[in-house]
Amino acid sequence: MRRIISVLMENEPGALSRVVGLFSQRGYNIETLTVAPTEDETLSRLTVTTVGDDHKIEQITKNLNKLIDVVKLVDLTEGQHIERELMLIKVKASGAQRAEIKRCVDIFRGQIIDVTSTVYTIQITGASDKLDAFVQSVGDAAILEVVRSGVSGISRGEKVLSL
Amino acid sequence: MGAHKVSAAYSVRIIIGFLKEEKQVEMLSGGDMLIRSLQEEGVDLIFGYPGGAALHIYDAIFKQDKVKHILVRHEQSATHAADGYTRATGRVGTVLVTSGPGATNAITGIATAYMDSIPMVVISGQVATDKIGEDAFQETDMVGVSRPIVKHSFMVKHASEIPEIIKKAYHIASTGRPGPVVVDVPKNTVDPMETFPFEYPKKLKMRSYTPAAKGHSGQIKKAVSMLLKAKRPIIYSGGGVVQGEASKLLTELAQKLGYPVTNTLMGLGAYPGNDKQFVGMLGMHGTFEANTAMHHCDLILAVGARFDDRVTNTTSKFCPNAKIIHIDIDPASISKTITADVPIVGSVDSVLTEMLDLLKESKEKPDEAALSDWWEQINEWRERHGIYTQPRYNTSGDMIMPQDVIKTLYEVTNGDAIVASDVGQHQMFAAQYYPFKSPRQWINSGGLGTMGFGLPAAMGAAFAFRDKDIVCVTGEGSIQMCIQELSTLTQYGLPVKIICLNNQALGMVKQWQDMVYDSRYSEIHYEDSLPDFVKLMEAYGHVGIRVNKKEELREKMEECFALKDRVVFMDIYVDPSEHVYPMLVAPGGSMRDMWLSKTERT
Ligand SMILES: Cc1cc2nc3c(=O)[nH]c(=O)nc-3n(C[C@H](O)[C@H](O)[C@H](O)COP(=O)(O)OP(=O)(O)OC[C@H]3O[C@@H](n4cnc5c(N)ncnc54)[C@H](O)[C@@H]3O)c2cc1C
Ligand SMILES: Cc1ncc(C[n+]2csc(CCOP(=O)(O)OP(=O)(O)O)c2C)c(N)n1
Ligand SMILES: [Mg+2]
Repeated sequence: MRRIISVLMENEPGALSRVVGLFSQRGYNIETLTVAPTEDETLSRLTVTTVGDDHKIEQITKNLNKLIDVVKLVDLTEGQHIERELMLIKVKASGAQRAEIKRCVDIFRGQIIDVTSTVYTIQITGASDKLDAFVQSVGDAAILEVVRSGVSGISRGEKVLSL
Repeated sequence: MGAHKVSAAYSVRIIIGFLKEEKQVEMLSGGDMLIRSLQEEGVDLIFGYPGGAALHIYDAIFKQDKVKHILVRHEQSATHAADGYTRATGRVGTVLVTSGPGATNAITGIATAYMDSIPMVVISGQVATDKIGEDAFQETDMVGVSRPIVKHSFMVKHASEIPEIIKKAYHIASTGRPGPVVVDVPKNTVDPMETFPFEYPKKLKMRSYTPAAKGHSGQIKKAVSMLLKAKRPIIYSGGGVVQGEASKLLTELAQKLGYPVTNTLMGLGAYPGNDKQFVGMLGMHGTFEANTAMHHCDLILAVGARFDDRVTNTTSKFCPNAKIIHIDIDPASISKTITADVPIVGSVDSVLTEMLDLLKESKEKPDEAALSDWWEQINEWRERHGIYTQPRYNTSGDMIMPQDVIKTLYEVTNGDAIVASDVGQHQMFAAQYYPFKSPRQWINSGGLGTMGFGLPAAMGAAFAFRDKDIVCVTGEGSIQMCIQELSTLTQYGLPVKIICLNNQALGMVKQWQDMVYDSRYSEIHYEDSLPDFVKLMEAYGHVGIRVNKKEELREKMEECFALKDRVVFMDIYVDPSEHVYPMLVAPGGSMRDMWLSKTERT
């Protein structure tokens, strides 16, 4: 099962390396990882997506909690949540392709954010599978470069992860 | 960077502001602050070894006499000695090493402490902050190298942080599930020329670290009710009971219930080894009765033990009929390898206290009839293959049997010695044949299994207990891994007794090669190049006694312990072909599948 674990941790040097180190040390995999400071500059918010059965995920959350720098965490996939990922993608766009790609971008509610006579640079946000679908529909042949931010997530409704 | 780092300079200003009113605030250099902080923590000993990056700190040590520094002969020994001191006393051990090679030499000892959950603070010198990352002379990324084997680590960025970091280091090391903490100290932060106001924090606030204390009351109630309903119960207790100072409580609980108790290698002594309810160690080299009782029990009360693979054998075949109550302070230890039916996260002393209170209130009593059948069965197992009901090894040969060496050691020391061990067959014989009466009497590396641990660990214990017999049980292989500490024993006058079970081989490896590789002895022999240990001892100013006749064993052992003020090394030639039994059949076996001798299995 794919899980999105959201971690609030001390904004300390070395804290990120402890999280990443934990995953490699214990043989857990990291699919995506994002991290940045929050509105409180002493705290960072880290989101990690990983796959594993319930037992593995339980060990992952327990071991993350054991890290001294980790203040709180939540497995977002346990409840209603919103996930978003940002993708910047550069594709070949000349001749007949141009219109076709433009249409595709509209369908996926993306934006063309830079243009040359042969290239479109597109921005798309959404759940990871939506980005996957876009990549697929544009097709390998047209793609020049893909940059994805990794998943960020937040709970729906009134639930918050804060101090 | 977090708030308290950016604000270092700012807080200095505030404190200086304060200074005007409270004149008594002292100005100290980082190095002096470090040592003063250790004093404030009540540290009496540091085990260490100097070098360039640590020189400012060594100068601060020189200027005072409250914290005594012990100069070892290798940084690995510094960590093992601090570790041995901790295991013997319960007080956090302290280590000081220089950067680069000093720091990397300490790694094995840090990993050893980490695997056995031993609290330790390791202070490492580091190159100056502005040189970090430049491949400076003796620069090693100590925080990085040690990261997977520490509970936490700190890098000092400014001298003014030192008191708080030291306070946190000792707090983190010693609370919750204990473990080693590294404090990396760049040379410029301990510069004697720069002074800052010193105040040792009285309290700590750490929003991200709140170790469990009390267990969940509902779970504890449920556990007690299950305990009282059990027909074939067993108490499986481990190192957490020793670490958590809960040996008395465990003993009281077990005796109130009348249930059998087994200990892990790390838990030996937590329940008196000579009590009739004790069925011996369990696991790989556990007793027949302990392992068989585990397999057939209907309830396991696991207390401060972590279901290690040396204990469980094949997890899918582990104790098929048992319900499991698991008390551990670390949630990650619970349901890691074996799923618990009743998990209780909390410290052993608090949980056991609550359990005892509930038992005292309860009108229910253990099922007498079932329990008496259970004991009858266990006693039958004891009679059948138990190592304490009769010798299960050859007693009629000419050679000295390693088991007899440990039995003699037990008798000569009246069972009261503090015994540190190295790693190998001798370790297992010591665990099996020296029934430890009390916790902190048995000091060994279980989780990492570090050869070379024994002598420095015994040395650490010897600093704490000058009036007890301190023994290092070792093999001719292990002893050579930290043998340089013989010189430290000379320097500090520590009369450690070294009992070397000399089987002229890496015996434990040889046993596996006998059993799994058809006796193809790959790289385990060195008998022609062993040193003359007696002469070697003399060179260090100690006493060496060689024993190769069975009938001389006891007399020479007595001679050894009569030399109260001397280090004595007993080089005892034992049967080189002897194996340790019982031994779980692995891989693929359950806990009841054991080799009982070279030819017999269950
Ligand atoms: C050659 C060799 C052979 C071995 N053979 C065996 C064998 O036959 N049998 C055997 O048992 N071991 C054997 N071992 C040792 C084995 O590898 C493990 O080290 C050992 O089994 C672990 O012991 P433990 O479960 O008591 O856990 P420990 O490593 O002692 O861990 C203690 C547990 O208690 C918890 N804890 C700590 N403090 C507290 C507290 N205050 N409150 C609550 N919980 C707390 C910790 O979180 C941890 O989970 C062998 C080792 C070697 C080197
Ligand atoms: C540092 C280290 N290296 C290797 C091992 C693997 N090992 C475990 S026991 C053993 C043999 C120990 O020999 P000795 O000290 O003579 O003890 P014996 O088994 O012969 O009693 C070895 C090599 C280890 N545990 N630690
Ligand atoms: Mg040997």
